[in-house]
Amino acid sequence: MSINRREFLKLAGTSTLIGLTGISAVEEILKGNAEASVLPSPAALTAKRWAMVIDINKIGTKEEYEKITQACHSIHNVPDIGNKKDEVKWIWQEDYEHSFPGISDEFVPDHIKHKPFLLLCNHCAKPPCVRVCPTKATFKRPDGIVVMDYHRCIGCRFCMAACPYGARSFNWRDPRPFVKETNPEFPTRTKGVVEKCTFCSERLAKGLKPACVEASNGALIFGDLEDPNSEVRKVLSTKYTLRRKPEIGTGPSVYYVIGGNEHAG
Amino acid sequence: MLDKALTGSKRYWTWIIILLGIIGAGVISYLRQFDYGLGVTGMSRDVSWGFYISQFTFLVGVAASAVMLVIPYYLHDYKKYGKIVILGEFLAIAAVTMCVLFIFVDLGQPMRVMNVILHPTPNSILFWDAMVLNGYLFINLIVGWVTLTSDRKGMPPPNWIKFFIYLSIPWAVSIHTVTAFLYAGLPGRHFWLTAVMAARFLASAFASGPALLILLCLIVRRVSKFDPGYEAIQSLGKTVTYAMFANVFLLGLEFFTAFYSQIPGHMHPFVYLYAGLEGHGKLVPLMWASSILAIVALIMLVNPNIRKKEGMLAFACVMVFISLWIDKGFGLVVGGFVPNMFERVTEYWPTLPETLITLGVWAIGFLILTVLYKIAIAIREQTASWPELH
Repeated sequence: MSINRREFLKLAGTSTLIGLTGISAVEEILKGNAEASVLPSPAALTAKRWAMVIDINKIGTKEEYEKITQACHSIHNVPDIGNKKDEVKWIWQEDYEHSFPGISDEFVPDHIKHKPFLLLCNHCAKPPCVRVCPTKATFKRPDGIVVMDYHRCIGCRFCMAACPYGARSFNWRDPRPFVKETNPEFPTRTKGVVEKCTFCSERLAKGLKPACVEASNGALIFGDLEDPNSEVRKVLSTKYTLRRKPEIGTGPSVYYVIGGNEHAG
Repeated sequence: MLDKALTGSKRYWTWIIILLGIIGAGVISYLRQFDYGLGVTGMSRDVSWGFYISQFTFLVGVAASAVMLVIPYYLHDYKKYGKIVILGEFLAIAAVTMCVLFIFVDLGQPMRVMNVILHPTPNSILFWDAMVLNGYLFINLIVGWVTLTSDRKGMPPPNWIKFFIYLSIPWAVSIHTVTAFLYAGLPGRHFWLTAVMAARFLASAFASGPALLILLCLIVRRVSKFDPGYEAIQSLGKTVTYAMFANVFLLGLEFFTAFYSQIPGHMHPFVYLYAGLEGHGKLVPLMWASSILAIVALIMLVNPNIRKKEGMLAFACVMVFISLWIDKGFGLVVGGFVPNMFERVTEYWPTLPETLITLGVWAIGFLILTVLYKIAIAIREQTASWPELH
């Protein structure tokens, strides 16, 4: 079979047109399949409300604490600026008295009094930072994680005034020169925006637990607060835990196992 | 009418050049801040708002105080304010402009400021504050301009402007209430979490604004042929007196609640501000200066024999203004951050670039004020011999 010049041109023209306009893509969108491209990967870890339990008895040495902070800060390109004024931190140590002002007792076992606690964003059920943000640059995901859009943040720092946990840091200067080894998998930040812990939402999307949990040798437990069979719920139902400033109604999702078990000491 | 600002005495131009010089220093400092980041200021992770936001807060009050002229004049037909109500409206324009500029210089990413409009977020008080401040600026621009233009032509102002004049009254209250809500709704900041915050803001506003207005009236009388009038100034003096008493009373309520309840979180900011905490007390001398100035000013103001002497009234007004500036333009914001969320003390003190930027914004405000007052005064001088319009 042979086609004449006219037919050939018609065929070529039509296929070019289809190619250029991408009819197949248009059809996909019309069918509603475009949404599929942003669905989480099947490997992703999902939850109704993510939460963390920190068993301070299971963290012994200062090195273990530093390892946890380091695990987080290195993969998230958190700068080490080296002065308190410009400090940026996502997860850090604080003593008992200052972790729980208002409810910390004077007479507590020494091992609690002098033990460092790990502090981080509480990913509140009712986050005041989200309530006050004038641009929705910080928002709560359906799984309870409070995250930041670094590109929308105008740097008004209302969220820092609103956070009852001092969990937020501001980039008072360009942080990039102070990131020792940049992790290309995670964005670096620019000066003038706020940042904080993300519960490793980028790792959860790949099916990995948060970096601090992974580095903690079981001292940090991560799971779904709404799932009665989750690891966090199992711990919460067997051990007495504390949350920071529960009385103000923010509903923090980070719980602390303080003591009174076989790991104490 | 703007042409009237382009002719003036040597003294007028010297003042303008001084202001331009301060603005220049501010702009250069701002360029440095724009390049380096807000790290050039004294703010930190613990005290994340400082001079800029506190100036903004203080000046919202000054702006709102125009209503202390508008209510007597337009609602109670108090004719003595007829000549100076424009001075109040123009002060409001200058003050709101400074407010907007202070917010702007406080932003970490100023190029993204339009995100507030592009992604409107009604649950954020800052969004509402931006709305009411810009609205108030617009209302005062239109009211000031229309009434002054009518005056120049010797005509009563058009009737439709009444709508904006009446609207400006609740609007003035709204700007300071919304600004108070920026602070008063934050869980965990004991110093700010108080229901009387908006009331106290309004009281201090109606003292500081009219105090500044009295000083401006006295300056206007000295540098021009336009006399705002002894009685008008005296009436403003009474407003300052009442409002300052209300402010001190409301501050006293805060002290009572904090110290009678003995709740540590409520007491600590006051202890830090007035006595020092854990060996830190940078603001202690300032806060005491504020208190002493307030008390001395009140003793002078409440005594009619002293208040009636314009020199003494002016002196008391200077004290009121400085006292409230320290209290609201410095202590209020810092007290919310010290001690911090971990009950630890990190102090704050503004840096040189931060101070220069702050002075620069104030100078821009005073430049706007000077130009607007120059126009108003020139027209008032023209129409001084004309009979009352309203």
